[in-house]
Amino acid sequence: MEKYWHVLNIGLQNTLVYRLNFLFRATFGLIPLTATIFVWRTIYAGKTDGRVGSYELAQMVSYYLVVTIVDALTAVTEDDWQIAADIKDGNISQFLLKPMDYLTYRLCLFGAGRLVYAVVALVPTVAFLWLLRADFVLPPDAATAGWFIVSVGLTALLQFLMSFTLALLAFWVLEVATFIFIAFAFEYLAGGHLFPLDILPPAVAALLDYTPFPYLTYFPVSIWLGRVPADALPHGVLVQLLWVVAAYALARLVWSRGIRKYSAVGG
Amino acid sequence: MNDERQISDAEFLAARGGRVRHYLSLYAALWRNSVIRELGFKVNFLMWIVVEALWFALQLTFIGVLYLHTDHIGTWTKWQVVALMGTSHLIQQLFTALFLTNLTALSEHIRTGKLDFMLLLPVNTRFLISFRQVDLGGFVNAASALCVIGYALHRLGHTPGIAQFAGFAVLVVVGILIHYSLMLMLSATSFWTVRAQGIVWGYYNLFNIARLPDEAFRGPFKAVFTYALPMLLVSNVPVKLLVDKLGSPLEILLLVTLAVLICVASEIVWRTALKRYTSASS
Repeated sequence: MEKYWHVLNIGLQNTLVYRLNFLFRATFGLIPLTATIFVWRTIYAGKTDGRVGSYELAQMVSYYLVVTIVDALTAVTEDDWQIAADIKDGNISQFLLKPMDYLTYRLCLFGAGRLVYAVVALVPTVAFLWLLRADFVLPPDAATAGWFIVSVGLTALLQFLMSFTLALLAFWVLEVATFIFIAFAFEYLAGGHLFPLDILPPAVAALLDYTPFPYLTYFPVSIWLGRVPADALPHGVLVQLLWVVAAYALARLVWSRGIRKYSAVGG
Repeated sequence: MNDERQISDAEFLAARGGRVRHYLSLYAALWRNSVIRELGFKVNFLMWIVVEALWFALQLTFIGVLYLHTDHIGTWTKWQVVALMGTSHLIQQLFTALFLTNLTALSEHIRTGKLDFMLLLPVNTRFLISFRQVDLGGFVNAASALCVIGYALHRLGHTPGIAQFAGFAVLVVVGILIHYSLMLMLSATSFWTVRAQGIVWGYYNLFNIARLPDEAFRGPFKAVFTYALPMLLVSNVPVKLLVDKLGSPLEILLLVTLAVLICVASEIVWRTALKRYTSASS
């Protein structure tokens, strides 16, 4: 176990190099966010009942703000490219020799990266939240906040495992970038990045409920906003946990298949 | 005396014509080169078109969902916004096809010292770094954007006149010029810092604002993205012209004036930056 602490430590030190990059990214990211909020404000200004679906303006604005928070804590940014490159360039050969598990190793690096990113992004994000504080909704009570934290942790695992599995496609195809972008597009829409999923026609929203996508963003955000009824919370988190387990099993399966195919090009 | 001058004028014109022809033939060679390169990775080429089409569809879905809950954003109706999305995509994809790869590569050329070789070639360096590669997929995506604009006009039941189409086409070119000049300036910052690539990608992300109706924005945000980085003009103004939505012809004047200013500024920045260049290697 101790060796993975070292990995985490190295990961922290390596990503700290990029702190300025992270700051740029976090700050630039606020511009499209502001634009989206402007558009929603304009839509609400034209509504007589002040509601879109079941969202009031403050809830809608907060939805996007909390998405930004969840994203900072859980989004996979560089990891999938690095994993694909490790496979393509033959770098994973060394992990087959070392007493170290590649998935766990990657998870540590992912965790370290997110930690650094979240700390760096804290400054611009909090400043932005302060500007919009009039429309920023906090979790209704401590229990909800607790569930939110649990759910965000599961979201991070799910995000990581899905990206990990996708990057393993590099065992079979030379260029995985397009696959990653296609999956990202689906996640962006079906995960609730673009808009809250319950403003979709009910049939579509119900259909999405049978996929893991809502658990990538929409679910934890809904918990924060107090939109998940208290009695449905444990059930929802359990479903999320099951998706994590399923994703883990899939990642292990694809890994073992991939290793059999692996021919250590240039390694 | 008079005859002599006429001859020298003619010679001058011929020489200039020769230069233009020379550069056109150079550009043709660069095109051939790009086509051959793309043909080497056919599947990848098609996959990237799928990716772009998917993201475009995603944006259109967003608009579709918004208009499930409202019938106007400011004064913009659904199909007007779709036309706007289409136009924004058109400009972005044409820009990507012609310039994006080249401009993002500049900081690499500087970092690795490759720019030395480009400076030595008997060609205008700005021409070379701007036009070296063509991304053919961009043209395919631009065509899909045209289809979406056409369909939106059909749904609006609006048939623009010839003058409107011509004006639209000119303004699209103006929009591409603005993006090109701004991005060239940002890439030129790599003469001072190695971090320029991040700045350039940051700018490219701002394209996303261009597809939203200008009426939604207020305050300093609107001012910055109208007058400094005219994202809210580049695709809004041509669409407004196309669908008879223009508040006043002054909007066109503003867009064109800004384009001229930005073009001139980019040439100044480019020349200043080149003077600073002191190679990277050895």
